[in-house]
Amino acid sequence: MTPPTPPPAAGPRPAPDPPWALLAELTHGCPLRCAYCSNPRELVRRDAELTAEEWAEVFRQAGDLGVVQSHLSGGEPLLRRDLTGIVAAADRAGIHTQLVTSGVGLHEDRLAALVDAGLRSVQLSVQHTDPRRAEHIAGARASGAKERAARLVRAAGLPLGLNVVLHRANLDAVDALVDLALTWGADRIELANTQFYGWALRNRDALLPHPDQVARARRAVERRRAELAGRLELVWVAPDYVDATAKPCMGGWGAVSLTVAPDGTVLPCPAAADLLGDAAPNVRERRLAWIWRESEAFTRYRGEAWMPDPCRSCALRSVDFGGCRCQAYALTGDAARTDPACRHAPDHGLVRALVDAARSPAAAAGGYAYREEGA
Amino acid sequence: MTDLVRPDGRPQGRSDRCPGRCSAGHPDGHLDWRPARARSVTLRHDRVRGLDLLVLPERVVVLRGAAASILALCDGERDVRAIVAELERRHPGAPVADEVPVFLDRLRHEGWLR
Repeated sequence: MTPPTPPPAAGPRPAPDPPWALLAELTHGCPLRCAYCSNPRELVRRDAELTAEEWAEVFRQAGDLGVVQSHLSGGEPLLRRDLTGIVAAADRAGIHTQLVTSGVGLHEDRLAALVDAGLRSVQLSVQHTDPRRAEHIAGARASGAKERAARLVRAAGLPLGLNVVLHRANLDAVDALVDLALTWGADRIELANTQFYGWALRNRDALLPHPDQVARARRAVERRRAELAGRLELVWVAPDYVDATAKPCMGGWGAVSLTVAPDGTVLPCPAAADLLGDAAPNVRERRLAWIWRESEAFTRYRGEAWMPDPCRSCALRSVDFGGCRCQAYALTGDAARTDPACRHAPDHGLVRALVDAARSPAAAAGGYAYREEGA
Repeated sequence: MTDLVRPDGRPQGRSDRCPGRCSAGHPDGHLDWRPARARSVTLRHDRVRGLDLLVLPERVVVLRGAAASILALCDGERDVRAIVAELERRHPGAPVADEVPVFLDRLRHEGWLR
């Protein structure tokens, strides 16, 4: 047995562990206009998108770098007519593909071609069990298309996951959403409390729930999880504002996965475009390996050296990695501050005030701002 | 025998759940069962890390020890008895007959074998 060599106290930075996963945002175009959309306010135009050939090169490089899993997302990835070729390229690179879709545009022939190309799994978004309420949340009518899509995915023998973003308008429907997942034959349902980035930040007052409403939903999820053990996997993504707890965002900055935006911008987290601005690297200009290992954008908050107080002396730093840099930036203008969602953060008062405002009866009255049609 | 690692790199707690689908005609320890990997599960070698993996839609499972070579035999053709016989041939003297059926049942309970 040879003891491991301790790293040198100074000197060249050790190479980071390779990334496991890639989120491929194939387009920002989408038939829905969800009030909770976490994509940026300014979307990438269709004519600036990477071509299928460029995506094939991204997946080749990602496979060489160590990526084994990808989520093909958007916007709505089915808007890409060349999606089948992109799936095939990921599969050739040895990368497992899951399609993350609204279900709009998923027809039988299309799905068969995607499965032939190597698609392994589908995650379908759901806004509400009631079609009228779903239409209000999504800014578009899509419930029928989703039910059809679920049926096709099951018929094709692919695993099906549902993804529900939770907020004031659907937290009371958690039980019904779990029933819907059972009816549709899903293997998994992800009940993800809204994370406030991009467009969702604009609708925050209308989306942010009363803490009691969250507590009821959480109890319902725990009850259903116990009841359905072995039949349906229930995942609860915590509401960091309400819980006053920093999330272990992305498993740490530049630690586990990377995001490629529709125009080839590479980000440590899908919400990091605003924070990085011109410092965000692009696959059209740089190799993915360099971006992951060397770029300033990926090394800036990697590890713990960047941490301010109270993070740097906090026992939670190896659990939550200091929380979310994008949230610190969005709420304080300084990405290196402790995530204000954390109860120990100097800026936690910002979040506390928002949660307190959500307790007031007047909070329920607000409507949504929707993206413009075709945006 | 296996370590479970989530895509975010943190350990995945072992699931004690038993998917309803696994109970159909296959009680634990059944030697006529012909294990096959579930469609959502890909067994692959990770050339970058030098590891064997099971890749699933939302997680990655790192396979240690003989796990990958056992899973490679789960082709839906061989029954448990044949898998045990093959492994006994490859590893004379190893406690294959005791450990392998238990391991296969565990993966069936996870929903990774059917």
